Amino acid sequence: MQYEAVIGLEIHAQLATQSKIFCSCSTAFGAAPNTQVCPVCLALPGALPVLNEQVVSFALKMGLATRSRINMTNQFARKNYFYADLPKGYQISQFELPICEHGHLNISVDGQYKQIGITRIHMEEDAGKSIHDESFVNRSESLVDLNRCGVPLIEIVSEPDMRSADEAAAYLTKIRQLVRYLGICDGNMEEGSLRCDANVSIRPVGQESLGVKTELKNMNSIKNVEKAIDYEIKRQIDVLEDGGEIVQETLLWDPAKNEARTMRGKEDAHDYRYFPDPDLVPVVIDDTWLAKVRADMPELPDERRERFEKEYGLPAYDAEVLTTSRETADYFEEAVIKTNTPKRTANWVMGEVMRLSNELNLGLSRLPVTAEKLADLIRAIEQGDISQSAAKMVFEALRTRKEPVAELIDQLGLRQVSDSGALEEMVSKVLADHPEEVASYKNGRKNVIGFFVGSVMRLSKGKADPKRVNEILTRKLAE
Amino acid sequence: MTHPLDYNPEAIRAEHVSVRSRVEAYLKQIEQHKSLNAFIHVFAGSALKQADTLDDKIRQGTQTGKLAGMVIAVKDNIAVKDATLTCGSKMLENYISPYAATVIERLLAEDAIIIGKTNLDEFAMGSSNENSYFGAVKNPHDTGRVPGGSSGGSAVAVAAGMCDAALGSDTGGSIRQPASFTGTIGLKPGYGRVSRYGLVAFASSLDQIGVFSRTPSVAAQTLAVIAGADKRDSTCADEDVPDYHARLNPSMKDITLGIPEEYFQDGLDGDIRNGVRSLIDKMREAGARVREIALPMTEYAIAIYYIIATAEASSNLARFDGVRYGFRAEDPGDLNEMYAQTRAVGFGEEVRRRIMLGTYVLSAGYYDAYYRKALQVRRKLKEDFDNAFEHCDLIVSPTTPTPAFALGEKADDPLAMYLQDIYTVSANLAGIPAISVPAGTSNGLPYGMQLQAAPFNEQKLLNAAQFIHSLNLT
Repeated sequence: MQYEAVIGLEIHAQLATQSKIFCSCSTAFGAAPNTQVCPVCLALPGALPVLNEQVVSFALKMGLATRSRINMTNQFARKNYFYADLPKGYQISQFELPICEHGHLNISVDGQYKQIGITRIHMEEDAGKSIHDESFVNRSESLVDLNRCGVPLIEIVSEPDMRSADEAAAYLTKIRQLVRYLGICDGNMEEGSLRCDANVSIRPVGQESLGVKTELKNMNSIKNVEKAIDYEIKRQIDVLEDGGEIVQETLLWDPAKNEARTMRGKEDAHDYRYFPDPDLVPVVIDDTWLAKVRADMPELPDERRERFEKEYGLPAYDAEVLTTSRETADYFEEAVIKTNTPKRTANWVMGEVMRLSNELNLGLSRLPVTAEKLADLIRAIEQGDISQSAAKMVFEALRTRKEPVAELIDQLGLRQVSDSGALEEMVSKVLADHPEEVASYKNGRKNVIGFFVGSVMRLSKGKADPKRVNEILTRKLAE
Repeated sequence: MTHPLDYNPEAIRAEHVSVRSRVEAYLKQIEQHKSLNAFIHVFAGSALKQADTLDDKIRQGTQTGKLAGMVIAVKDNIAVKDATLTCGSKMLENYISPYAATVIERLLAEDAIIIGKTNLDEFAMGSSNENSYFGAVKNPHDTGRVPGGSSGGSAVAVAAGMCDAALGSDTGGSIRQPASFTGTIGLKPGYGRVSRYGLVAFASSLDQIGVFSRTPSVAAQTLAVIAGADKRDSTCADEDVPDYHARLNPSMKDITLGIPEEYFQDGLDGDIRNGVRSLIDKMREAGARVREIALPMTEYAIAIYYIIATAEASSNLARFDGVRYGFRAEDPGDLNEMYAQTRAVGFGEEVRRRIMLGTYVLSAGYYDAYYRKALQVRRKLKEDFDNAFEHCDLIVSPTTPTPAFALGEKADDPLAMYLQDIYTVSANLAGIPAISVPAGTSNGLPYGMQLQAAPFNEQKLLNAAQFIHSLNLT
């Protein structure tokens, strides 16, 4: 039988605020355990949460970016469960009235666009960290670090609109791209600032009703999300094909073994007893607040990609690559404003610049070759000051040298000879040295001109401007 | 009722009375009345030190705070920095709070003296003060009787002259009912009038810190200091705080009293009924208008109160899990066992009962029938009060159906105990301010009149209290 997978993702994004969601403790990563805590996030008796409004603004940005409906009045709720890294015995989250609902975004897989629905986006606090398996922990003990407790999160819940692991990966990639563009989350899955759970079920192709779903957890990279979903789809098909039934359960992905194992069954599912948190008044967003957030929104990747195609006349592929991250797009635009040659600039950014970025493992904004330097270099090519191949040598040199591009060209002796007098002399010498080739040109073998250009270039040790050489040759040979 | 130690800031500032002498006198009272079990901890040393510092300040002519030398006891569910915060529970028997409640910071900033932490029903759950891990508190008017609860220790500390004022907390009557039983004034401000930061939560949407005192004047002065917006409590209102004391006006002219028949039904003690009626007559004679009003949702108040309060409590008390502080069961097998044993041993019976109730009403399949329905009725009840306050300034009734009952009398009957709150829970559900003022005695036992006002009308309550106080009824 042919089966179709039905996939929905729940993505948690840690928000890049300075302080926690309900107290003023720092959110900085990597501090000594239990040093970024206070009565509020330790849940000391009598302490009360107070909402950090920046969290609301960040959530609104994501809501606007996904064209969600904004609930101008929304409310925090308590999700009750006991765990050692959850000091209050409940997590402050949102339930019946989340901040955003009914959004969507577009993904593209193999050149096909598809819209994925977003059920809701809600704000909540992170829990602390339990440490069991490290070498410094006694077997009978667990350690708890509450620094992460109260770090703000948004949870983005998709509709079950994805049909393959590829689509799920594309959607997750898109979400990561958006949160990074918006500057609300660093999108780092390895460090856990972006986390993804997947709900997976299968059904025979053509069947309307949904199959029993399982939930996959603990996938700390987009690659692992893809692998785990593929694994789970295959497992479910095998179960059904063998005449078995899918059991509703939560599975933990083991990236080392490339397999998922049961974490808890349906019977162990929690009853979270959600109810509105009486310690927090409803969040009321007025038009002024929303307008301020809207004004603060950067251009989003899809819009920017379209604009790059239209405004700069770039091929769709180039526009896509250049808008992958806000940093790349910013770098390109900063350079192209000065060069006015979009395609050549795009080629440089997608070629040399990205190669350098990968090699140094640095974002484009932190490269030694700034967008401004690149623009100077491209302009030097345009003006005929330097050849394309010499420009690559200058680019290499710019990794370590701080001089202005023009100065560096001279220091490296790479400036092209475009002085007419010198070029005319070299052309004359080449023509005088090769009377037979001149004769065959005049007899109609026009492609011999390539040989002359090459000879002049050799004579100039590569510094002659080939375009100018060509012009002079054509003129002289016509004499 | 005047008391030899009644707070007189002018006398203190004029050095007629030293702060040390007042603190010493109160400490002596506390010692003498030790058997009433009003205090869990007495800060004799630090209170005397604070007194000496203040006396020095006064001698040197340094500016002193608005409550200079006022001696205040604090219910032991309100955080005082570096002091115990037991909540009357084994769970927090040895817990020391590393921070102070907003109200405490404000009192100390105005040079009030904190003399100790008072006994209470465990986590403020109870109406008799018999639910304390530190033992029952006794009523000074008859030591065989309860002082009421849950703020019984604070009520007794004021009634037996161990301090000028005491802070309590009131979730369903926990200030007003013990005030009624002990012959003291007990003011529960409206919801959001006073910051809850540092008050150990029982039911967050109902809890409010308030004041016990022997005179309306002390209650007014104390409220003016503790009330007002607090950026650490987002449910605390950003609403101006009037100078309640300067504006204290006992005139009954142009005041309309609303009398709800629902508060004078069967089960009300005859003496209390007559006493309250005759006090209403006196208020009328002094110029008040009197009219009947209807509060039809009253009959549901107790039911919805015990749904909402226990639901919130079940969540609020989840933090007492033995992980970070407080009592932890020894040698539990695993994490779940640790929770189970810690909470089974650390909490008393009534607290466990309410956690179970609250967990139940929030559970999947029951939420709509209980919790959501209760919230809907709560809105209707609030509308009752909104309507009533369009026709009157103060709603007048008894505070409790009976005077203080005997120790042990209702200990095994939780429902009878819950009915103690029948007149008081509505103010918490509606979020309005209310006060209990001594109105007379029944067989030698004091009882109070309750007055309720629209939100942020604490002044009207204090003014009426001043009028009643001037009649010298007890």
